[in-house]
Amino acid sequence: MSFLSKHAFIERNATLLLILSLITVLIGGIVEIVPLFYVKNTIEKVEGIRPYTPLELAGRNIYIREGCYLCHSQMIRPFRDEVERYGHYSLAAESMYDHPFQWGSKRTGPDLARVGGRYSDEWHVQHLIKPQNVVPESIMPSYGFLASTPINTKGFEDHLKANRAVGVPYSDEMIENAVTDLRAQADPDADTSGLEERYQNVTIRKFNSESSELTEMDALVAYLQMLGTLVDLEAYKQNESLR
Amino acid sequence: MSEKEIDEVTGVATTGHEWDGIKELDNPMPRWWLYTFYATIIFGIGYLIYYPAVPLTENATPGLSGQTNRGDLKIELAKVKEGKAAIEEKIATLDFFDIRKDENLMRYSVAGGQSLYKVFCTQCHGTGAQGAPGFPNLNDDDWIWGGDIESIYTTIKHGVRNDEDDETRFSEMPNFGSGILGNADIEAVTHYVASLSNSDHEVKLAQNGQEIFIENCAACHGDDGLGGRDLGAPNLADSLWLYGGSLPEISSQIAQPKHGVMPAWGERLGEAKIKQLSLYIHGLGGGERDLED
Repeated sequence: MSFLSKHAFIERNATLLLILSLITVLIGGIVEIVPLFYVKNTIEKVEGIRPYTPLELAGRNIYIREGCYLCHSQMIRPFRDEVERYGHYSLAAESMYDHPFQWGSKRTGPDLARVGGRYSDEWHVQHLIKPQNVVPESIMPSYGFLASTPINTKGFEDHLKANRAVGVPYSDEMIENAVTDLRAQADPDADTSGLEERYQNVTIRKFNSESSELTEMDALVAYLQMLGTLVDLEAYKQNESLR
Repeated sequence: MSEKEIDEVTGVATTGHEWDGIKELDNPMPRWWLYTFYATIIFGIGYLIYYPAVPLTENATPGLSGQTNRGDLKIELAKVKEGKAAIEEKIATLDFFDIRKDENLMRYSVAGGQSLYKVFCTQCHGTGAQGAPGFPNLNDDDWIWGGDIESIYTTIKHGVRNDEDDETRFSEMPNFGSGILGNADIEAVTHYVASLSNSDHEVKLAQNGQEIFIENCAACHGDDGLGGRDLGAPNLADSLWLYGGSLPEISSQIAQPKHGVMPAWGERLGEAKIKQLSLYIHGLGGGERDLED
């Protein structure tokens, strides 16, 4: 047991103590974190998830810019009260193209993970302009300026490139057509065949009725109306993994 | 350090360390602390065996319990569903007339409908069902698609102008401002429409507008502007307005009408819950008698 008495040597040598502590913590970290990348309990494939369309991505950028995540989470936990109010619990794969994810940890407002399709576009527009117009008791601030602020589309393909750099499978074609696709999604009169081909289940319509221009409101509402609607839950329920 | 040095004053062994003549007593841990520590180790081993814990090559060990959060939820939801199954089955199969006759069913429906309303409907129609500009008030007698229980049921189930439901309520007012009527005509009709409910208007303009109204609007809204529920055409002769009753608001609704959209709740909520909601909303005050009565 003489090696146990060596601790005196380590304790008297600050640098050595630091290095050895670090190694110990690293081993602990690796043992806890690495299995999450390969163990089947934590990885589940689901149908329907695709990268965000350029308009949705622009909306997501606005969502982050305006700090929506400070009051709204996007994570329905597997509890009865949550699934009865918000819908099916969130699946990890649903945020696989989120960089960074928007799970959040604080709900001043309701969870938004499955807000898509729950309200009309008009409701979202009126609500963002002045939440108290539709929900008098709401304490949410107004985001009315979004309805008249045009989207800055200049160099938008860079946003797709940045996402590709961290693993979102945007093809060259998607990046090339980013600005065209962005404009087409909010314009029912545009030629949208390319957009529909590149992104499955894309919703094309004018989201913001308050302006004929392409505004930040269009992007944000397009993003909100897509949230939680991509995953094919019926297919998932066939072989759901309980964990 | 092989020889333990005993402190003279206390009679306790020292650790053998010495700093500037100060030595440290090697008192044992308090017993209660030590045994609690051992107990946590034993508990830890038990936990490791009973609950999912150790990640292996493919899966983590499931543990004896096989407990999972999602599994727990599934069991809990199944239990709730089972508890409600009998009464919800009754509500789903009986027609409204029979539900009303059964006091228990009726009480259950209205209470359930109220909590469903709070979760799914308040965002647009308001916590008191008072509505908001563009979102109808559900307390009053003004119904766009009908206020008897069956009509309310259909509206909730299939929604309004909902792309995803084939039986959805649908009506579309033309954009009279884009080429159908000139500005002067729109102004005249606006005053005529305002005159129907005795709102502020100019009599002369309203007289000019009458003919335009009969030609362009009466097909849906009726000659007297009372509206038509089969077509979802609102009553224009009362003082209740969905998009506002001032002259500019009426004019903008004629020139570039807005169209409300409502989700179809049938699939999301299921038959029993739709019926509960219908009964609750019908009972808010504006509910009309059934057509058969």
